[in-house]
Amino acid sequence: MGKVYKYGDNVDTDVIIPARYLNIADPAELATHAMEDIDQDFAKTVKKGDIVVAGKNFGSGSSREHAPLVLKVAGVKAVIAPTFARIFYRNAFNIGLPILESAEAAERIDADDEVTVDFKTGRIRNKTKQETYQAEPFPEFMTKLIEKGGLVEYVKK
Amino acid sequence: MGVARTTTGTAKGTTKKTTKGTTKETTKKTTKPGMTMTQKILAAHAGLDYVKPGQFIEANLDIVLANDITGPPAIREFAKMGRRKVFDKTKIVLVPDHFTPNKDIKAAEQAKVLREFAKEQKIVNYFEVGAMGIEHALLPEQGLTVAGDCIIGADSHTCTYGALGAFSTGIGSTDMAAGMATGKAWFKVPSAIKFELTGRPGKWVGGKDVILHIIGLIGVDGALYKSMEFVGDGLANLSMDDRFTMANMAIEAGAKNGIFAVDEKTRAYMRAHKSKTTTKQIKVYAADRNAAYDEVYVIDLSKIRPTVSFPHLPDNTKPIDKVGRVKIDQAVIGSCTNGRLEDMEIAAKILKGRKIADGVRCIIIPGTQQVYLDCVKLGYAEIFIKAGAVFSTPTCGPCLGGHMGVLAAGEKAVSTTNRNFVGRMGHVDSEVYLAGPAVAAASAVAGLLIDPAKL
Repeated sequence: MGKVYKYGDNVDTDVIIPARYLNIADPAELATHAMEDIDQDFAKTVKKGDIVVAGKNFGSGSSREHAPLVLKVAGVKAVIAPTFARIFYRNAFNIGLPILESAEAAERIDADDEVTVDFKTGRIRNKTKQETYQAEPFPEFMTKLIEKGGLVEYVKK
Repeated sequence: MGVARTTTGTAKGTTKKTTKGTTKETTKKTTKPGMTMTQKILAAHAGLDYVKPGQFIEANLDIVLANDITGPPAIREFAKMGRRKVFDKTKIVLVPDHFTPNKDIKAAEQAKVLREFAKEQKIVNYFEVGAMGIEHALLPEQGLTVAGDCIIGADSHTCTYGALGAFSTGIGSTDMAAGMATGKAWFKVPSAIKFELTGRPGKWVGGKDVILHIIGLIGVDGALYKSMEFVGDGLANLSMDDRFTMANMAIEAGAKNGIFAVDEKTRAYMRAHKSKTTTKQIKVYAADRNAAYDEVYVIDLSKIRPTVSFPHLPDNTKPIDKVGRVKIDQAVIGSCTNGRLEDMEIAAKILKGRKIADGVRCIIIPGTQQVYLDCVKLGYAEIFIKAGAVFSTPTCGPCLGGHMGVLAAGEKAVSTTNRNFVGRMGHVDSEVYLAGPAVAAASAVAGLLIDPAKL
């Protein structure tokens, strides 16, 4: 069960992790600055298992892999949005931050709702509102990569 | 394919054709749609005769690029992949350009990681400070990117090389590491939006104004996951520097890549910029006549005005005639978007014999050492300095709020860079107005956003 943090459209990588911190190599230290330019409380209050729900084009902008990484390290269990910027989508997948595309879930879920997610089926359950949403399935190619343990393991073999 | 439906213009001088409701279903069995430029390059690099949108492929890479921000995490991931050597030491390009010359100790440590990896792996195209330029200005100039290439770079503006007729896209550090290890990357084949350019841009209108206009038209996710393919008679009226600027900002419309049809200007550029370190094979791909496009826009370049993107999204555009009174504290001319010689030339034309307004800091940063040297030789450097501008060696610095021009709370900058997100150039309460070099230089003199023609 995760608490929901809700944001609008076009949340860009510069607000997810501002470039002024990109000289920091330690992911845990980086994560203390996650989302600080749009939500100063996020890094202080986010707990393991929490969920970020946002509007379209989440993760737009820079190719910095630090962006999905700080969300993952901060404890975020999943990001739900109608669409993701393509580099963020790849990066999230490569570093193991689960993301789900669902316009309905992104619209219906409000901040502080309690939500559970089944990544195998893409089912998103909103306990607060007693609703269920179905996310877009991952393409088969990506499911195979996940089964092989991600890109690093895939390359090893 | 199919009958194109032409709708009335969604903006001045622009018509939009949609190809929805094509004859796909009835013709499916006998003919398949042709391929776009992007699809042809991807097919060739995957060893396939034909690819279609949505198909997953693994493509061979001609260039794998990283910088001092994205390189160190890629190097850490590379170490986990169990390969001792990169797939080809001539095809990896490492450019410490973001926080260099090192802005602080942490940045210095990151640049050191890149340097030591380059040395250990005998990377041929590592560019130390002194040879370094802003990566997307540097690589074409060095002849490392040519038509027909398949390129990935751990930097979102890697899409710049599409100006040369290459497939070129930004990826993250883990994909970069896999690319260094295997020489391959996986892609989902994109569909495309076609931009048919016609006409000739007016005075003080350049590639930046055209691409800002287009982003304003389609939105920051208007080309999400797609290719933006630029073709048409109007191309002849756009210089290579204009095209680099336009391809560079394809990502700001969410595109996977931007790509230009190759013409004589492209060929002349490639002849004048041949790699001294790597053997490159130029291959020109034109889209099939029956290639399928999700949308077609006809853009009349002569109707586009100098254009400014207001905070805090690149699609928040206004023609210069409608910007109102916006006082600025800083003007930045440079970056991977507008740090090329033509951009410097435009700034010099405007700043010659003029002075930067009181209370404005004007920072001019050429994209590469060659551009810098040309500015010195051509007298631009003297013009800039006499006007009261700062003229520095290449760095990405201010564009991403790194160094060399970070903004304080409440400050406004006009900038030829590519993003005006919240906090992009500094304090979370600062503002960035994106424009081309002509508007930026004129605004630096006027102290407020202004049409260069009215200076």
